[in-house]
Amino acid sequence: MIRESKDILNWIVEQGVRWQPSLGGTLSLGRTNSFFLGGGRAMLNALYLTAERLGVEVAYDAEVIDLVIEDGMFLAARVKRPINGETEIRATSLVAAAGGFEANIEWLKEHWGDAADNFLIRGTPYNRGSILKMLLERGVQEVGDPTQCHAVAIDARAPKFDGGIITRHDSVVFGIVVNKHAQRFYDEGEDIWPKRYAIWGRLVAAQPDQIAYIIFDSTVVTSFMPTLFPPIAGRTVTELAGKLTLDPAALEKTIAEFNAAVRPGKFDHTILDDCRTEGITPPKTHWARRIETPPYLAYPVRPGITFTYLGTRVNKEARMLMKGGKPSANMFAAGEIMAGNVLGKGYAAGIGMTIGSVFGRIAGREAAKHARN
Amino acid sequence: MHGTRILDEADRLMTVCNSCRYCEGLCAVFPAMEMRRAFSDGDLNYLANLCHACGACYVDCQFSPPHEFNVNVPKTLAVARAESYAAYAWPRALSGTFARNGLVISVIAALSMAAFILGFAALNDRGVLFGVHTGPGAFYRLMPHNAMAALFGAAFLYAILALVMSVRAFWRDIGEPIGGRADGGSIFQAIRDAGELRYLHGGGVGCYNEDDRPTDRRKLYHHLTFYGFLLCFAATSVATLYHYLLGREAPYPLWDLPVLLGTLGGIGMIAGPVGLFVAKKQRAPELLDEQRYGMDVGFIAMLFLTGATGMALLILRETAAMGPLLALHLGAVFALFITMPYGKFVHGIYRFVALVRYAQERRGEAGS
Ligand SMILES: Cc1cc2nc3c(=O)[nH]c(=O)nc-3n(C[C@H](O)[C@H](O)[C@H](O)COP(=O)(O)OP(=O)(O)OC[C@H]3O[C@@H](n4cnc5c(N)ncnc54)[C@H](O)[C@@H]3O)c2cc1C
Ligand code: HEM
Ligand code: SF4
Ligand code: SF4
Repeated sequence: MIRESKDILNWIVEQGVRWQPSLGGTLSLGRTNSFFLGGGRAMLNALYLTAERLGVEVAYDAEVIDLVIEDGMFLAARVKRPINGETEIRATSLVAAAGGFEANIEWLKEHWGDAADNFLIRGTPYNRGSILKMLLERGVQEVGDPTQCHAVAIDARAPKFDGGIITRHDSVVFGIVVNKHAQRFYDEGEDIWPKRYAIWGRLVAAQPDQIAYIIFDSTVVTSFMPTLFPPIAGRTVTELAGKLTLDPAALEKTIAEFNAAVRPGKFDHTILDDCRTEGITPPKTHWARRIETPPYLAYPVRPGITFTYLGTRVNKEARMLMKGGKPSANMFAAGEIMAGNVLGKGYAAGIGMTIGSVFGRIAGREAAKHARN
Repeated sequence: MHGTRILDEADRLMTVCNSCRYCEGLCAVFPAMEMRRAFSDGDLNYLANLCHACGACYVDCQFSPPHEFNVNVPKTLAVARAESYAAYAWPRALSGTFARNGLVISVIAALSMAAFILGFAALNDRGVLFGVHTGPGAFYRLMPHNAMAALFGAAFLYAILALVMSVRAFWRDIGEPIGGRADGGSIFQAIRDAGELRYLHGGGVGCYNEDDRPTDRRKLYHHLTFYGFLLCFAATSVATLYHYLLGREAPYPLWDLPVLLGTLGGIGMIAGPVGLFVAKKQRAPELLDEQRYGMDVGFIAMLFLTGATGMALLILRETAAMGPLLALHLGAVFALFITMPYGKFVHGIYRFVALVRYAQERRGEAGS
């Protein structure tokens, strides 16, 4: 994947997609990450236009409700459309790129229990994993752990689905994070933020009621990107606790203990600086500064699921493997629906897009090769 | 909370966009937004006038309707922009002219043209009005040059005064001190940005108008209109210099500079507005500020009328139609001048001022 992914950057530009020249402001991300100009929708618009120019017919607003598969061989898909109703589309190859099952709360609950009721889904409500399920039921081999997913801490006030990128919070390293008992539970300053961005979803998911609060004071508000939802403010810690429905005494105590543990140092959020705590568990190992300048501020956060890793097993041609290991004659998969082949646990920035584009290109190539023969 | 509902909505959207920033590279609006964390009325009016209505951020946005965040930046900024014209109009008493601008403009244009026709008819006998006049000074047999210069000079000066006063109010409101002068480099940058319509480009692929394909050609039509207008203006200026410095009177021969400039400009002022009008008719309703349709079309029509009567005058200046056509053309130009501060014309002025401000802010950022 790494090999093809270098090439993909140029290939995707040839398909009409543009990269953002530079991104200011996004905390520490600009230097390490590339962004699409205009975002993911701009990228998709450009790709669809290129596809149409090449003569590809696209059926929008069309839901696949069933797949006809015989012996590992795809024959046809049943499709439901608002205008045309139900039709069957026959084809010589299938490329499944229908996402994970993150929007299917019932399925998430099978593995997470009731905690999944408190998850927010960052992307489309359509990624219910229906095609993944059809494929697994029709004999495709599964890969990946169903509880593994990419999840970040997002604003608890975000909509249940599709809040997108704008509900994220980058402020963890500038304050402390407490659970509903006003207790800290993890080192907020473990590593530079982009490296730790994607662990906080699971951390919050493991807390009671799957809720947590990032708490900071007025000195740091301009250190991170402006947020969609304003921080909740209190002139005193007690007032803030009241607004968050936390136990005021417990929050006072947590902040006081934290403040007392902060050692002097030279703050620099771009490096692993020497501002740390001593004598508390968990420690805050970098960027620890006292929270003492009112107003006191907080963001409530919940686990925001980006995508799930459970998927269809594929080989390096992106060809699906059937139970027993036999490669399918004409079925390929790309993107989230096969992310489990690449991601076991954890995440590296940009890998979602890379899996989609690299395996998408391979799958397309192989599917076309099959169709021509 | 802001003064108006549209500014409240603009504030809401800028807060959404400021936490998203995917559109950062599309135009000047988003980088300017990123320099702020909260938005005053003036900030929002500044951003609204920076926007060139290219449509890209609507087509690209993952939060556009039917998403519950309901993000439509081009339309919201278009409405805010139009309301800002009225808010800064000078004198205040005339800000109401923006409310039913299409009607106001067409009534003034019609009255103006009628006044010239009637005036010509009253002051000249039929023989002169419908006579064939040729050679230097032919026009001035219908209206003495000094009267023409005085009337148009006065209208022009009034327009300038009103525009300057409006821009002052805008400049102050967007947070720049009155008297604090813009630096030369920023003005030069803004002239280049306006001259090439740098931000009417959809971030590079082109603009959007009727659908989600970047096939829009408003930039070309605007260049025709804008440079056509400048050429016509240059033609008139050269003619004025000829008159006073060289003592040469209009009409000039076809090969002479004022006529050449005027002909080229006139063609631009006919073709450009026609293109812009067609583009306006095709514009997707979700991008269009329907309420301002009259204002936009009124302005386009005024430019077209000025260009068309001018060209007709040129072609038919040696026939009996010259008299009435001269009246119509002068009527159109007069109406264009006096309505300049009270119609869509101000878009160019406010946009230019916003571009100057933006260039300054960028320099400030680079410097700090
Ligand atoms: C908020 C957010 C931020 C992200 N940020 C990044 C990032 O910074 N970097 C990165 O690399 N990745 C990021 N990702 C992940 C990345 O967007 C995804 O991994 C990638 O888009 C997956 O592509 P895909 O083609 O596999 O699936 P998707 O793009 O999800 O497409 C699946 C499509 O299948 C359709 N579908 C589902 N079921 C059916 C059916 N039965 N019939 C018909 N159609 C169906 C869905 O409607 C959907 O359109 C982010 C994701 C989210 C939600
Ligand atoms: C100073 C620089 C100018 C800039 C930056 C500018 C910019 C723009 C932009 C971005 C648009 C499209 C969006 C909109 O409808 O508002 C536009 C429309 C238009 N401009 Fe300009 N303009 C300038 C000067 C002028 C001048 C001097 C004229 C003519 C005398 C002119 C005539 C028009 C016309 C006719 C339209 C179409 C109106 C419509 O469709 O609603 N512009 N201008
Ligand atoms: S218009 Fe949409 S995609 Fe663009 S910055 Fe705003 S919210 Fe983001
Ligand atoms: S419509 Fe175009 S110019 Fe206006 S804000 Fe959007 S991208 Fe910028």
